[in-house]
Amino acid sequence: MRHTIGLRVNGEALVLEVEPMDVLLETLRTKVGVKSPKAGCERGDCGACTVLLDGRTVRSCLVLSVEVDGHEVVTVEGLGRDGLTRLQQRLLELSSFQCGYCAPGIVLAAAELLDRTPHPTRHQVQEAISGNLCRCTGYESIIEAVLAAAEPAGASTGGAG
Amino acid sequence: LTIAHEFAYLAPATLDEALAVLAGHDGGARLLAGGTDLVAWMRDEAVAPEVVVDLKRIAGLDLLTYDEGHLHVGCLVTFTDLVASATVRARFPLLWEMAGMVASTGIRNRATVAGNICSAVPSCDAGPALLVHCAEVHLVGPGGWRVVPVAEWFTGPRRTAIGPGEIVVDITVPMPADPHGTAFARLTRYAGEDLAQASVAVLATTDHGEPAYRVAFGAVAATPVRAPRIEATLAGHPVDDESVAAARALAAGEIHPITDVRATERYRTRMCEVMLERALRAAAARRSGGGPAYGTPLM
Repeated sequence: MRHTIGLRVNGEALVLEVEPMDVLLETLRTKVGVKSPKAGCERGDCGACTVLLDGRTVRSCLVLSVEVDGHEVVTVEGLGRDGLTRLQQRLLELSSFQCGYCAPGIVLAAAELLDRTPHPTRHQVQEAISGNLCRCTGYESIIEAVLAAAEPAGASTGGAG
Repeated sequence: LTIAHEFAYLAPATLDEALAVLAGHDGGARLLAGGTDLVAWMRDEAVAPEVVVDLKRIAGLDLLTYDEGHLHVGCLVTFTDLVASATVRARFPLLWEMAGMVASTGIRNRATVAGNICSAVPSCDAGPALLVHCAEVHLVGPGGWRVVPVAEWFTGPRRTAIGPGEIVVDITVPMPADPHGTAFARLTRYAGEDLAQASVAVLATTDHGEPAYRVAFGAVAATPVRAPRIEATLAGHPVDDESVAAARALAAGEIHPITDVRATERYRTRMCEVMLERALRAAAARRSGGGPAYGTPLM
């Protein structure tokens, strides 16, 4: 049985026809055309499919598309709509990624962290991205960039995402 | 990318509607909360329900409240909700400490405490913590409401005391008598997202002025298990080198670990002794107002 759902993806209101079996990751990539969430393990372990659902990171491979009726999804396409965020700039400057497959998920996981914890410790950064596997870098270059993107204590300028 | 078998999706607005759907499908329906287990299991074709009943449109099931000495954890409350709750952190720091160790943020944001104990995999993190808190599971079903102590909840791997057509509505956790201290030790292959190889929860409390303890293990038996012999041996004693040695000597007899891809039986057994000691010492120190800050990894 097909369901008609309404949702916002990166600020745009959409009405979609989905089957109960459709998983959000698939719907975003094939129906909406948002390609940054990646299919990795498809069982919630790798974090490559991470998206923000109502502002919190979720595994889009473990969410049924019908579940997001009335909700808001943001991917890196939406995060960087008005230009790269401070976090993305630091990741770029420090050449934090190699193949980039994990990058959309890690950017969103780090953005969620900085949104809630503007001055994270190194351990908090490690913990925040611990659900996102990167097989290229060894993570150090990513952790450095996230720490560099964190606002210095006392600063009030936003832009970390 | 998609799920291979066809099923219908329903999102009832009330518990009564949800119960009616369950009653009409004679075991062919599965309840959906966070979906972090169910969607993965459907993808693996480990389960193939005719209908998936999403509970997230039912108002009130996401409430996390504290009153009259009890924490009420609605069936849609996520591990992130526990981590974010000042009440949980202050009054039930074991649950707070446990919740912060579950998988990763992206799973904790979605996975529910009730779903964790309904999936009932032997390594479920909520199991040992709820066992030492003597929590209760509140269900509604065709026969009305009933309450199952968590001690009677787990009946086997992925098996629970839930009956046909029943829904777990909330979990209640009584506030332990003061002074008390708790600790959760969790062993994984690497820092970051992994199922527990073994876990230990300890509640060190005071009973009629005497030290008393509750101890539970996870991932080292078919279900999360209490450790009654360890508890009896420790009762009335402070946590010191002598009592810790006695408790450690009993650990292997309280558990039935298996060898699997995550650890060998022997490794699990030996590490349970180490974890038990660390959790006992941390919980007892916290009972006295000291000890490591909650959330400090013991492993």
